[in-house]
Amino acid sequence: MAISILSDKKLRFFFLAWWLVWVLIQYSALMQMRIDNRHAIADSVIGVSLLALSSMVLNNNLRYYLPRHKYGHLFSLSAIITIIWWIIFQGVLFLFFSKGDPYLDFVRSTSAIRFGAAFLLLSSMSMFSTLWYSHLDQRETNERRSESEKLIREAELNNLRQQLQPHFLFNSLNSISSLIISDPEKARDMIFQLSDFLRGTLKKETQQWISLKEEFEYLRLYLEIEKVRFGNRLQTELIYPDDILNFKIPVLLLQPVVENAIKFGLYDTTGIVPISIEAISDDKYLKVIVKNPFDPETSVPLKGTGFGLDSVKRRLFLLFARADLVETGIDGQIFITKIKIPQPQ
Amino acid sequence: MRKIIIIDDEVLARTVVKEYLKDYPDFLLVDECGDGLQGVKSIQANIPDLIFLDIQMPKINGFEMLELLDAPPHVIFTTAYDDFAIKAFEHSAVDYLLKPFSRERFRKAVEKYIDKNNIPQLTEVIESAALTPSQQGRVVVKDGNKIKIIPVSQIQFLESADDYVKIHTAEGTYLKNRTMNFFETSLEAYQFTRIHRSYIVNTQMITGIEPNDKVGPMLLLNTGTRLSVSKAGYARLKEVLGI
Repeated sequence: MAISILSDKKLRFFFLAWWLVWVLIQYSALMQMRIDNRHAIADSVIGVSLLALSSMVLNNNLRYYLPRHKYGHLFSLSAIITIIWWIIFQGVLFLFFSKGDPYLDFVRSTSAIRFGAAFLLLSSMSMFSTLWYSHLDQRETNERRSESEKLIREAELNNLRQQLQPHFLFNSLNSISSLIISDPEKARDMIFQLSDFLRGTLKKETQQWISLKEEFEYLRLYLEIEKVRFGNRLQTELIYPDDILNFKIPVLLLQPVVENAIKFGLYDTTGIVPISIEAISDDKYLKVIVKNPFDPETSVPLKGTGFGLDSVKRRLFLLFARADLVETGIDGQIFITKIKIPQPQ
Repeated sequence: MRKIIIIDDEVLARTVVKEYLKDYPDFLLVDECGDGLQGVKSIQANIPDLIFLDIQMPKINGFEMLELLDAPPHVIFTTAYDDFAIKAFEHSAVDYLLKPFSRERFRKAVEKYIDKNNIPQLTEVIESAALTPSQQGRVVVKDGNKIKIIPVSQIQFLESADDYVKIHTAEGTYLKNRTMNFFETSLEAYQFTRIHRSYIVNTQMITGIEPNDKVGPMLLLNTGTRLSVSKAGYARLKEVLGI
């Protein structure tokens, strides 16, 4: 059910003015037809008030039942209400004026034009109401739709962000289980690191932006854990100018990129795996370049390996509606991932 | 004495297995390996009775390593999380430990191995693992003493050769003990077409088809190779190439 048309202040005023104008028009017309003042006022005030009342009934009727594309319904509804109005109008006139008043004969002789004008008014009123209510309806539908789209988008962003790799989690737990035997102190440290890391992934705000400084702290935590797992094989390097740490980045964007690079490097080669993560400022962008070694001869471009990057691409697309923010390239035996993050103004 | 080898790329993961193995005095740890390539060498040199094998490892994974062995030992797989591998295990008698695993769980797996004299069939598990996305794009073969990883894009065509399949690449041919039917299924997604009982061809390599009244149509590859096309193969080719 839509809210009534008359709950709108401006429209209410407009209706009132409209009917007043109509009273004046009818009054002047009657005066021109040499009807005396008393009869002319009674005629126009009673007639138009009843008409205004009828239009409210009509309007209310349409408020509860909106006949879409059924103009026949609108037409007959207007006709019925016009007939009712005409009967009541005549009844009221008979109450006011005594039988034999020549004015009543005048009313009867002008019935066709009166009925016609009233029907015209009421049917345009019904058209107007129909348009108004369908417009309201449409607006509500749109609001609902954009609301649900927003919710879906948020849920997806949330999902993408929290996509913690179970492989990483269980292997880390296994490392802890192992350290408990050989180095309990280190095992406890790793539990703290893993807890801090997990806490980070559980932060609720999806579109939250954080400074590069915070993102790097989180990344370091992740790298520490991975270094415990892979020992000397994994070597990492964070390169950045100091003044870039205030740049903004969507929370937890870099970790999956780096995780992808580490996996790629570790499973595609057998030696030491140097991973470099470099942040630079480029025009209005923060650019992060991640490099990992790989073997171009045996590497297979798989759908599976790109998982981390796919989710990053999707996230950036949802945030900026752009598909060109993630780039990958090859330089000899080095695989390069470039991420561009537009800076908020 | 039973000879044991642990193959896992994470040192700490190997430590857990070593620790649990202390409960079995007649088990002798003969080697530890950090990847599948070392694993193959060590298994061939030491001929162990039992190996503990991680799945995700550098270069080649645990399944691909097993493919390269003529007589694989008994295997207890260890993995942290791998949807595809676990699916491959589910319908087989093969035992696997999900990391992190307890001493109790470890004991059960080992006792199962000790009690059972017959080694469960690995072939099925290896074949179903070979169909998973992480392995589908490449084929691992032995080339003398070397191990070669061939990305499927480098394969020109496959030829049946008794119990083996001969893989033709620009660098040479390699034998793999798989069936033509296996390759027909696994390579379907990579634009390969079975043109004959004996041939599966990489459609990227095709330059033309020559009519030949005597032996039927011949397929011409950009390497100059000519291959016979069967009737069914010709129909499949027409569909794939849109001619």
